[in-house]
Amino acid sequence: MKVKLHIWRQSKASTAQNFAQDGKMVVYELDNVSKDMSFLEMLDFLNDKLTREGELPVAFDHDCREGVCGSCGIVIDGIPHGPQRGTTTCQLHMRSFKDGAEIYLEPMRAKAFPVLKDLVVNRSAFDRVVQAGAFISVSTGAPKDANAILVAKDAAEKAFDAATCIGCGACVAACKNASAMLFVGAKVSHFLHLPQGQPERDRRARNLVTAMDKEGFGNCTNQNECEAVCPKEISVRVIAEMNREFVRAKLREEPPSHKRVGGDG
Amino acid sequence: MSWLCAFWRSSIGGKLTMAVTGLLLFGFVVAHLLGNLQLLGGQEKLNAYAKMLHDLGSLLWVARIGLLLIFVLHIVTAIRLSRSNRSARPVQYAKSATLQASFASRSMLFSGLSLLGFVIYHLLHFTLGVVHVDEVAKKGADGHDVYSMVVASFSKAPVAAAYIAFQVLLFFHLQHGLQSFAQTLGLHHARYTPMIKSLAFLLALVVAGGNILVVLYPSLWLAKGAA
Ligand code: FES
Repeated sequence: MKVKLHIWRQSKASTAQNFAQDGKMVVYELDNVSKDMSFLEMLDFLNDKLTREGELPVAFDHDCREGVCGSCGIVIDGIPHGPQRGTTTCQLHMRSFKDGAEIYLEPMRAKAFPVLKDLVVNRSAFDRVVQAGAFISVSTGAPKDANAILVAKDAAEKAFDAATCIGCGACVAACKNASAMLFVGAKVSHFLHLPQGQPERDRRARNLVTAMDKEGFGNCTNQNECEAVCPKEISVRVIAEMNREFVRAKLREEPPSHKRVGGDG
Repeated sequence: MSWLCAFWRSSIGGKLTMAVTGLLLFGFVVAHLLGNLQLLGGQEKLNAYAKMLHDLGSLLWVARIGLLLIFVLHIVTAIRLSRSNRSARPVQYAKSATLQASFASRSMLFSGLSLLGFVIYHLLHFTLGVVHVDEVAKKGADGHDVYSMVVASFSKAPVAAAYIAFQVLLFFHLQHGLQSFAQTLGLHHARYTPMIKSLAFLLALVVAGGNILVVLYPSLWLAKGAA
């Protein structure tokens, strides 16, 4: 099959001052594309051709190519990860497109995700949010018996639904407000339903939301675009849970002068 | 106080402010609708209702100031959040797509700002009597014949059309606002969320529909009666 690709090319990394950095959409015609190629294989094929023609290949992120790492995430025709629901870019195949299709490839657009090159964005903002509270603290020592702590099945399932997040950033890219609330909500929900998550419950909700706000993401307006593009189909339920958890934690927070030694667990 | 400010400045604090002030404003809109419907009861009924409100005296002013504060907070927070949302995406997509965001949800800022304009027009019209002076004069010297003023105003097609158009915007604004209220307060459930969405649709329809009925009353019922 034949495709006409409109690809965002940008050689210099974006800065806070100059976000677009002279990037532009460039058109490439590509022939002899097989329907069985994955989307990224199609890009490999294009890059091969560009390299042979002495042009710079298109930079894009990828790693596992099996839908588990969250590295890939091209915005295809305005939809992060492309037209197939519940699928990462690497798991998308060219059979999802018509012969002769015009396809737009753009990097994820958000102030918090500056473009490094072409289709590659810097998603360190997610790492900083995770470091602020998407974890539980565990004392080291002899490993505990795996089933010593009982977890109800539906609680485990809710936690697991949230834990399927691969941190790809599609939710931010799809949100009309470039909000990261589906991602951060998933982190809150991931621990909320488990007994291990309880000791740091309030601190986690406060710290995660504060870290998220600091990165310059937008604010959710309940349009649910995130849910529609999430390759793991995480529900906006996690956003409701985060809202509830943050308000609860804020109300329970003691004034600084009343804080006891040992932190604000 | 600084705690409250910091909470308001946070993303979720802002959303919660929108939800709570929005619900209070919805409460006002419902009360206002009940007042409007007195018109269907005829001249005496509506005028008695208007007089009752006026006789509240200082209590009426407490309500007015409270309402104004809620209204201002709703608008100021909306503007702060919208600005932050805009700045969160400095470069737009060359090709954009919308998968499941409703029309109502996408036009909240537009419907909200239009409604602000409408409220100002509405206050200038009926409360302050600055526009459509001829019809407002029907209120009489003692200012108690609200009925005649309203009927005279809505008998004019352009005025009625403007009021109806804004009720359509109100419908969309309420529909998304009411269902968002539940989500922002943390209520999301596989069974209840679809019910909440239907309820939001219904309530918005009742409010906008009820008001439109009042606007159409002079031209439909009264005209028929006269003929
Ligand atoms: S490359 Fe790992 S999820 Fe796509």
